[in-house]
Amino acid sequence: MSTTRPAPHAPRATSGIVDDETTGIPSFEASGGDWSDIAEEAARLGEERIVVNMGPQHPSTHGVLRLMLEIDGETVTEARAGIGYLHTGIEKNMEFRTWTQGVTFCTRMDYVAPLFQEAAYCLAVEKLLGVTDDVPERASVIRVLMMELNRITSHLVCLATGGNELGATTIMTVGFTAREELLKIFELISGLRMNHAYIRPGGVAQDVPAGGVEATREALKNVEHYLRQLEDLMLANPILHLRLKDVGVLNLAGCMALGITGPMLRSAGLPYDVRKAAPYSGYETYEFDVPTVTSEDAWGRVEVRLEEIYQSIKIARQALDRLEKNPGPVMVADKKIAWPAQLAIGSDGMGNSLAHIKEIMGTSMEALIHHFKLVTEGFRVPAGQVWQTVEHPRGELGVHLVSDGGTRPYRAHFRDPSFNNLQATSIVCEGGQVADVVVAVASIDPVLGGVDR
Amino acid sequence: MSDEPKKDELKKDAAEAVKPGDGTTEAQRTSEAALEAGSQHVPATSGAARTPLDVVDVRHGLFGAHGPGDTSGFGGLVTTVLLPGPSERPYGGWFDEVVDILAELLDASGTGFANAVESVVVDRGELTINVARDHLVEVCRHLRDDQDLRFELGLGVSGVHYPHDTGRELHAVFHLTSVTHSRRLRLEVAVSDADPHMPSTTGVYPGHDWHERETFDFFGIIFDGHPGLARIEMPDDWPGHPQRKDYPLGGIPVEYKGATVPPADQRRSYS
Repeated sequence: MSTTRPAPHAPRATSGIVDDETTGIPSFEASGGDWSDIAEEAARLGEERIVVNMGPQHPSTHGVLRLMLEIDGETVTEARAGIGYLHTGIEKNMEFRTWTQGVTFCTRMDYVAPLFQEAAYCLAVEKLLGVTDDVPERASVIRVLMMELNRITSHLVCLATGGNELGATTIMTVGFTAREELLKIFELISGLRMNHAYIRPGGVAQDVPAGGVEATREALKNVEHYLRQLEDLMLANPILHLRLKDVGVLNLAGCMALGITGPMLRSAGLPYDVRKAAPYSGYETYEFDVPTVTSEDAWGRVEVRLEEIYQSIKIARQALDRLEKNPGPVMVADKKIAWPAQLAIGSDGMGNSLAHIKEIMGTSMEALIHHFKLVTEGFRVPAGQVWQTVEHPRGELGVHLVSDGGTRPYRAHFRDPSFNNLQATSIVCEGGQVADVVVAVASIDPVLGGVDR
Repeated sequence: MSDEPKKDELKKDAAEAVKPGDGTTEAQRTSEAALEAGSQHVPATSGAARTPLDVVDVRHGLFGAHGPGDTSGFGGLVTTVLLPGPSERPYGGWFDEVVDILAELLDASGTGFANAVESVVVDRGELTINVARDHLVEVCRHLRDDQDLRFELGLGVSGVHYPHDTGRELHAVFHLTSVTHSRRLRLEVAVSDADPHMPSTTGVYPGHDWHERETFDFFGIIFDGHPGLARIEMPDDWPGHPQRKDYPLGGIPVEYKGATVPPADQRRSYS
C-alpha cells in the first residue's frame, strides 16, 4: 500500500468507498489528489485492472446513467449500471391527483416519447371505467397519429445521439432537423413540443386544428427527405459499419430471459410487437409491417429503427386519410368523464372556449357546478386493477393501475421498457472495449426519465 | 373445489348481519358486516378458509374534513372499498384452459392446485391468479415451461400496499406474457407487513431482477433468493419505503411569514 494514500478516515475531497471487501485492494482516486502521484503509484504496482465510473454526468449515457466499469487495459471485464439519479417519485405523486391530472405526470416519465405514457395510461383508465368501446373513432385515430409521429421523433433522437456519440455530428444535425419538423406538428396539434398532456381519459384534449392534417402531410414529406439523407449517411458509412457490427450482441434467448422488448428484441429476429400481438386504439385496422433483422447487434438495431420510421410514416398517412373522412367527436359522450369544455385558441394563447364560458357563467348554474366538480373533484373509477401495454419506441410499456373507487389512482405503476432493457447493460458491454460501451448503451436507447420515473 | 353449501351459509350470515335490529349488533360483528355491506363490490365467497375480502380502503365522511370542522353532515359515513372478489367458473375464453392446465400440473407435482392457488379473479377481461407465496416459483416455472402455457416473457413486478387488508398488507403483482399464444395474465402474491418475505422469481424470469429490487426499494417486500436485493431508485442509505401508504410525506415550506403547505395526504381533498 502506498504511503501517500491518506488514512481511511482522514479528510479528503471524496470519501473512500465504505466496503469491507475493498480493504487490502489498492485503490486510486482521481479526485482530491495529485494525478502524477496516482499514475506513479499505478505504474509501481503494475495494476492494469481499473474500476472506473462512467457517468452519471456523461454525454454518451443519454442522461444521468452511471456505469461502473471494471477494465483490464482497454477491455471491459465487468459492467454494472447504477440508476436512480433522476427518480422524482412520479408514481407516488399520481396518487394525490385526479385521474385526469395523472396524464400531466406520466407524460414526464420518458420525455422523449411522452405520448406513449399518456396513451397507455388513458387506455388503462378507460379499461377501469369500462368505456374502452365508447372512445370515439376520431380520438383513437388522433392517438395513433400522435403516437406514430412520436415514435419517429424518438427513433430519430436515438439515431442522432447515437451518431453524435461516435463523433458523427452530421448524423446528429440531420436527425434533429427532421425531428424539429414533427415537434412543430406536436406544437400545432397539442400546443406543446413535449410533455403534452394531450391524450386524456376518454379521448384527446382537443381536436386537430384547421390545417393540421395538411401541415402534417407536408412535415412527413420533409421527414422522408431528411430520412433518406440520414440513411445515406449511416447505412453506407464504413466507419459506422466497423463501429456497430458485432457490437452489443444479445441473442433471442438472452432477450427473452431478460424480458427485453422493442427494437432490441426485433434485432434478434422475433417479430413481437404489441401493436400486432394485442392491438389497441384500432391498430389492427392499419396496414404496416414489423421489421426484423437477425444480426443481434447494434447495427441491426439501427436498421430496425430506420425501417420502423418508414412504417410509422405509413401508419401516420393512413391515420391522416381517416381524419379527413371522419369529422366525429374527440371525447367520450359521457359528461361525467369528459371535461366540459372544448379548448379554443383565444387572444391570450389557449383557453376554454368563450362560448362555454358564456354558458356556464351567464346562463346555467348547473353547468357551472358540474364544471367545477369535474375539474376539482374529478370522476370516480370503480375499484379494481388493470394492466395495459402499448408498443413504446423502446419496447413494451406496461401500466398497472389500481383503483379504490375514488377520484385518484390508488396505485399507478409504469413498467418502462428502458428500465427493463438497461438490465442488459452488463451482457452487451462485458468482453468488449471501452469505446464499444458507448455504442452498446446507445443501441439499448435508454431514456433515464423513464428509467427512474 | 368450491363447496356449494358452505358458500350459501356464508352468504346467509352476511345477509343476516346487515339486517337492522337483528340481535347481532356487538361491535365486532357490526364492523364485519359493514365491510360486506359498505362495499359496492360484495364479493362472491368461495369455500376457502380465509375470508376473501381484499379491503382496499376504508373511507370516513366526505370531503376529507374531520372533527368539528366538518359541517357537511356526512362525517359519520363509513365506506369500505373491496377489490373484485374470486370468480366462479367458467371464467371465459382461454382463462379456463390455462387454469385447468395449471391445476393439472400442480396436482401432478404433488403441490396441489388448492394449496398453491388461493383464488382466481377475472375482472375487466383480465385474469389474475392469487398465488400462495410458498409455491410462487413453481407456478412461474409451470407457466413458463409448459408448451400449452408458455408465458415466456416476464414483464415485471409491481408492488401495491393495502394497509387495510389485515395480514396481507403487501401485494406483489407479476405481469406475464405469452408471446407464443398472445396471452397475458397476472400473478398476485400477498404477504403481511410483519413477515414481508416471498421467494424471488429471478430464477425463472431473470428479467425480474431490477423489478424486484424496485419493489423492495419502494415497498420493503423481501424477495428471498434474489442475487442482490439492494435499493435501486432511492439512495442506499434511505430510511423507509416511500411507496407505502403510511410513508410520511413532507409538507412544503413557503417563504411567507413562516407559512407551510401541509403534506399531500393531509390536505383537504375529496375522499
